Amino acid sequence: MSATTSTSTLTAPGRGDGAAPRRRPGRGRLTRPERIWGRIFIAPPVIGFALFALAPLLFSLYAAFTHWNGLSSPVFSGLDNFRTMSGDAQFWQSLWNTLFLMLGIPIGLAVSLALALALNRRMPGRTAFRVIYYLPGVSSVAAISILWQWALNGDFGLVNQLLASVGIEGPNWLAEKMWVKPALIIMGVWKGIGFSMLLYLAALQSIPRTLLEAAMLDGAGAWRRFLHVTVPMLRPVTFFLVVTGIIGGAQMFAEINIMTPTGGPEFGSATIVWYIWQQGFQNLKLGYATAMSLVLGLMIFAVTAFQFYLNSRNVFTVE
Amino acid sequence: MATTSAVPTAPLQTAGVEPDAARPRRRRGESRFRSPADVIVFVVLCAGAVTMLLPLAWMISTSLKTQESVFAIPPQWIPNPVEWGNYARIWEAGPILSGIRNSAIVSLTVIVVGTITSSYAAYGFSKMRIPGKNALFLALLGGIMIPFPALMIPTFMLFSRIGWVDTLLPLIVPGLFGNLMMVFFLRQYLMSVPDSLIEAAVIDGATHPQIFWRIVLPLIRPAIAAQVILWFMGTWNDYLGPIIYLNSENVHTLQLVIANFNATYAVQTDYPLIMAASLVALVPVLAVFLIFQRQIIESIALTGSKG
Repeated sequence: MSATTSTSTLTAPGRGDGAAPRRRPGRGRLTRPERIWGRIFIAPPVIGFALFALAPLLFSLYAAFTHWNGLSSPVFSGLDNFRTMSGDAQFWQSLWNTLFLMLGIPIGLAVSLALALALNRRMPGRTAFRVIYYLPGVSSVAAISILWQWALNGDFGLVNQLLASVGIEGPNWLAEKMWVKPALIIMGVWKGIGFSMLLYLAALQSIPRTLLEAAMLDGAGAWRRFLHVTVPMLRPVTFFLVVTGIIGGAQMFAEINIMTPTGGPEFGSATIVWYIWQQGFQNLKLGYATAMSLVLGLMIFAVTAFQFYLNSRNVFTVE
Repeated sequence: MATTSAVPTAPLQTAGVEPDAARPRRRRGESRFRSPADVIVFVVLCAGAVTMLLPLAWMISTSLKTQESVFAIPPQWIPNPVEWGNYARIWEAGPILSGIRNSAIVSLTVIVVGTITSSYAAYGFSKMRIPGKNALFLALLGGIMIPFPALMIPTFMLFSRIGWVDTLLPLIVPGLFGNLMMVFFLRQYLMSVPDSLIEAAVIDGATHPQIFWRIVLPLIRPAIAAQVILWFMGTWNDYLGPIIYLNSENVHTLQLVIANFNATYAVQTDYPLIMAASLVALVPVLAVFLIFQRQIIESIALTGSKG
């Protein structure tokens, strides 16, 4: 019966033991049910990937080289879109804005590391602190953006009222070119530190005590122990957070669209995704928008691939 | 009489008493400070916590004010008078109710179906011998590296071709095929399960779907729970997808509804109404978070150890 069939399944594939004859794993008649079910099981994500990632990607490789307004079919235009892009001040401005807003990443990491170090001590209310600091992180971006737009209101917002209470007259944050980016960075740090803090905390707790004790025996003070034991041990997490921060930051959209619906004062807060969205869906320059999203996709792909590469190396260097 | 239940619990209880007696000082010691430095750190953390909560408190406070008291100087923290009516007004002021319904339809369908497909795939990728499996897995890995914004225009055109724009389908259907992050996470989790467990079931004559439901699914349930919660929060909070695909008000998800509230009523400076609506949109996710905070925080810690 099927029991005998399956028993041979276990021995059939050569799992590296040299005795097995040159039969490719999983090719035998006896493993057929496993192969068939296996294909059925993994089919949905593979099909989904083909339909909603591969097909759009291939199509955008074509559409990026066309003039296309979405109503008539795309007309091939060679490198036109990329030539437009290189001379498009708003494209470069939005790219610059996106990069500038990533200043929030190091700031957020420093703050969350400090918080994690503080929470790594034994004290009452640790769970409560974790929950409170992570609360903004789970909240909806839309609601948070709406809240901060109001909190950053020049005349009656929370931020300026607090500043006024210590005698500082705050700017009209979202309406002044100089202040719109710092305002968005503050909000991003506020929303993001909880997550990084949780990761740092987990990493801190997994540092073997023996390492710190050994350093202590060697006469290292608290600061040197932190610098030469803790920080290197946290490197993988830091790296992970920097990369995910860059990937997430490169895709920033909702905050901009809600808080500064026109791209901010003098286009000061428009991010690259916001600009792609505006060109594609508002101005119906679909070919041009596709070309820009291709550039964005390549940049994010490079960062992610770099992370995967370093990650696979890290496994060996850390262990 | 409760004879059947009394038998298994008796040995469990004695087992439970033992470790507690073995470490007597632990619970007490944790709630005390060990040095003055700890007290300072605690105070700083409290100040930080207040800063984190201040904007949310301000949101609640504003949502309970009258339109005039929003502009009171000095600002009121405790609204006077308390205007509960704002929470009654939001339901007429915009399609909040249908927004909640649409968001629930999208997130529930996607997560229920998508979790099953993802788990099946994770089982296939981790434990089954399928020719070409590793190459396919690498391809999917590549798929994770392409973010949605980079593909949003061709994807939009695909759905507009088949007439799905302005329906909830573009938000639902791709999710039904499973979530790649979830597949990876569950696969990772299953890798640590010994093969012999599944092989034993095969020898006993179980088919692979049976193995999945009877052995694999119960094994990965804790991992699934954490992933489901995170995925729910992601879908519920999604903004870019809905804003691209949905035009008509009756299909708007909750996030779009409150964004439109913001655009419409800010002109009339009706901030209490906007804040009340936004709070209503926040509540489901915050509730899920507070209920499952332990699992969520643990699963995040797991993410970190992988990275």
